Amino acid sequence: MQNEVPPRLEMTGITKQFPGVLANDDVSFAIKRGEIHALLGENGAGKSTLVKMIYGIMRPDAGEMFWDGAPLKARNPKEARRLGIGMVFQHFSLFEALTVLENIALGMDGGLSSRALEARVREVLKAYKLTLDPHRVVSTLSVGERQRIEIVRALLLNPKLLIMDEPTSVLTPQEVTQLFKTLRQLASEGCSILYISHKLNEIKELCDTATILRGGKVVDECDPSKETSKSMAEKMIGGDLKAVAKGAERQFGEVQLAVRGLSLGRGHDFGTALKDISFSVHSGEIFGIAGVAGNGQNELLAALSGEQHAKADGVIELCGKPVGTSEPSTRRKAGLCAVPEERHGHAAVPDYSLANNGILTARHRRELVRSGLIKHSASHDFADEIIAEFGVMATGSKATAGSLSGGNLQKFIMGREILQTPEVLVISQPTWGVDAGAAAFIHQALVDMAQAGSAIVIISQDLDELLALSDTLSVINEGVLSAPMDVENASIEEIGLLMGGVHGETADSAKTLPTKPEAEHAVQV
Amino acid sequence: MSTTLLIAMLITMIGASTPILLAALGELVVEKSGVLNLGIEGMMLTGAVVGFAVAYTTGSPWLGIGMAALVGAAVSMIFAFLTLSLSANQVATGLALTIFGTGFSALFGSEYTGKPLELFKSVFPAGLAEDPYLRLIFGHSPLVYFSFFMVFAVWWFLSRTRAGLILRAVGENDISAHSIGYSVIRIRYGAVAFGGAMAGIGGACFPLLLTPQWVEGLTAGRGWIALALVVFAAWRPLRLLAGAYLFGLIATVELYTQAAGGVFRIIPTELWASLPYLATIGVLVLISLGRSTNANAPACLGKPFEAGH
Repeated sequence: MQNEVPPRLEMTGITKQFPGVLANDDVSFAIKRGEIHALLGENGAGKSTLVKMIYGIMRPDAGEMFWDGAPLKARNPKEARRLGIGMVFQHFSLFEALTVLENIALGMDGGLSSRALEARVREVLKAYKLTLDPHRVVSTLSVGERQRIEIVRALLLNPKLLIMDEPTSVLTPQEVTQLFKTLRQLASEGCSILYISHKLNEIKELCDTATILRGGKVVDECDPSKETSKSMAEKMIGGDLKAVAKGAERQFGEVQLAVRGLSLGRGHDFGTALKDISFSVHSGEIFGIAGVAGNGQNELLAALSGEQHAKADGVIELCGKPVGTSEPSTRRKAGLCAVPEERHGHAAVPDYSLANNGILTARHRRELVRSGLIKHSASHDFADEIIAEFGVMATGSKATAGSLSGGNLQKFIMGREILQTPEVLVISQPTWGVDAGAAAFIHQALVDMAQAGSAIVIISQDLDELLALSDTLSVINEGVLSAPMDVENASIEEIGLLMGGVHGETADSAKTLPTKPEAEHAVQV
Repeated sequence: MSTTLLIAMLITMIGASTPILLAALGELVVEKSGVLNLGIEGMMLTGAVVGFAVAYTTGSPWLGIGMAALVGAAVSMIFAFLTLSLSANQVATGLALTIFGTGFSALFGSEYTGKPLELFKSVFPAGLAEDPYLRLIFGHSPLVYFSFFMVFAVWWFLSRTRAGLILRAVGENDISAHSIGYSVIRIRYGAVAFGGAMAGIGGACFPLLLTPQWVEGLTAGRGWIALALVVFAAWRPLRLLAGAYLFGLIATVELYTQAAGGVFRIIPTELWASLPYLATIGVLVLISLGRSTNANAPACLGKPFEAGH
């Protein structure tokens, strides 16, 4: 049957050259109707470039694309959308100051009145069981909610081909299941899906075919269900993938970080208040905090790093000393380093060189500043040291942080903190948008660091990551932290249920940790 | 204070506010699209001298205003070409535009110095326009009604129309707007041209509405006040109206107290003259201390956009 029908999208010999880089080199593959097709590859393998060419943002230097058998001539995204190509971007192309509805309206071509559009949006939200308030301003939304806007925006167009770039990194397991149900339903209706993800087990579960890119070339096309995650990862990176090695016999030392009854008001209108959070982390321990975005993670990180002060000094103790109301730099000096989720502008200044970005957090612990003057060569040596030890792909210590790819910048930031050997490291989303090779590297570095005696707090939405790394795990939901559990004994289902009370849906579940029946209700969002 | 005096003051106040209001409305649209044009003062001066020259030679204030708008837009296109097409620094280019406008108006206007012009008065019948009470409604120059209309039009355009939404989106996140498929540069060209035309008309208000003659530097820094107003009014047209009228109010009070003499003489003239500027900025700073202000600033303001990122 499918042999008679031309593929939905066929690419032959696509080549795209950038100054200094051959982003796509003779790429050919086809996506059938109703097929869920995975596009796999490390950061910089050329996936984004390829997708941008399909979506009409860029044009190939050579090669041809066919849409339902006819040459694809989308000169810009508008034309691509008219043909039925929808796209959910990895870096959300959202407008912070505008409302959800306005954002969606911008992505639609054609004069639908705002009332009619809102009705359609609510229809789609209902059909796919997504929660989103159309009138909220985007800047007040969590990352997960922002992604939902992109998804709704794409679904509204009744696409024939839906391109999804890293769609699940911010979802709970239940939400992922829901999304997969949605995608399968779409596929069964004949919509083809081009699915880009680093999560190989998801690709195994969801996708019919996978095309693997490396260095701009197609290196393999396979059936994910017949592969293992490891075999696909190795095709992707073109080498062996080492599993994270947790030391078998690890001893925890003294309590390095103790938090007792941390409560914090909502920072802004749509922030999450922290309610009576208590936990402690020992030397050598990795403490994981799971939860859906927007449940107080950012507030907790700010309270730990010192960007927000606790009500009393004794609420947070670092190595036995109260630091609840100290400034971030004081805490750093005392041994607590923190890495926020947002890399650009929070963890690093994009327009600064790597050397200067190193100075920003490591000036005291690495003595890069003396009597108010920057030690020029020491700062460059430090940046070079990070680049070398953490395998950061950068032109050198003078490269700006913004010129690095997401994964490489994350490696640099991680390296900058780890090389300061803090007693306590608090880190949010260590491997967000980072490819498998780099993620494995960062994971190993964190484990090694714990082995060397640091106490580590990892705040992440990636449950697989937390299960692989942490010794102890808690779930944050609506600003309440669940009782810590031993990772060995924790079940994914239980954690998922704890994560489940999605934003504004069940105020009750925030007060008492959800008991089973209540929680089951809560996840049906 | 008698009612008629109050009405006279109100009319003076509205007149004094109009040029600032018009220029600031134009700049508001420009900034909402993500472009910072510091050349308002230059475009206003250019508009003022052209408006004067055309109105003086042809005797038609309408033609003067039309030409002032056209020339204002034309001058702004120099700025647009340099900053949008060639990605020159917007701050430096805007300042250069002001210097250009100042020089051009001085040169071009020198032959008109000292020549009298008739004010552009109300077009309503004298019975309405000169009635001591009704003139509060009917006694204004068409330019004043135009400025009212434009406050509403700009508000409506930005908050209620699709084109306005796209313009805001371009100012908020140019890269995203481009990736969705909007032509960032073209939209910004349009916004800058609108801003230029409005600044030109605002400039033409000086000879046609306030002082019916040409002197060098006629706008006396009002372009800079317009620029500050936009920021302190948090890019909201209605607040812009309030800010401009506050400036006009204090300027009017200054005029009347100066004329009254007596005890008011104690305060030096220079201080009186600077009062409208100081007070306007002061009050607007206080207003903008509220948290909503910064959230409203276009995120891409002043940043050059290059396609292909």
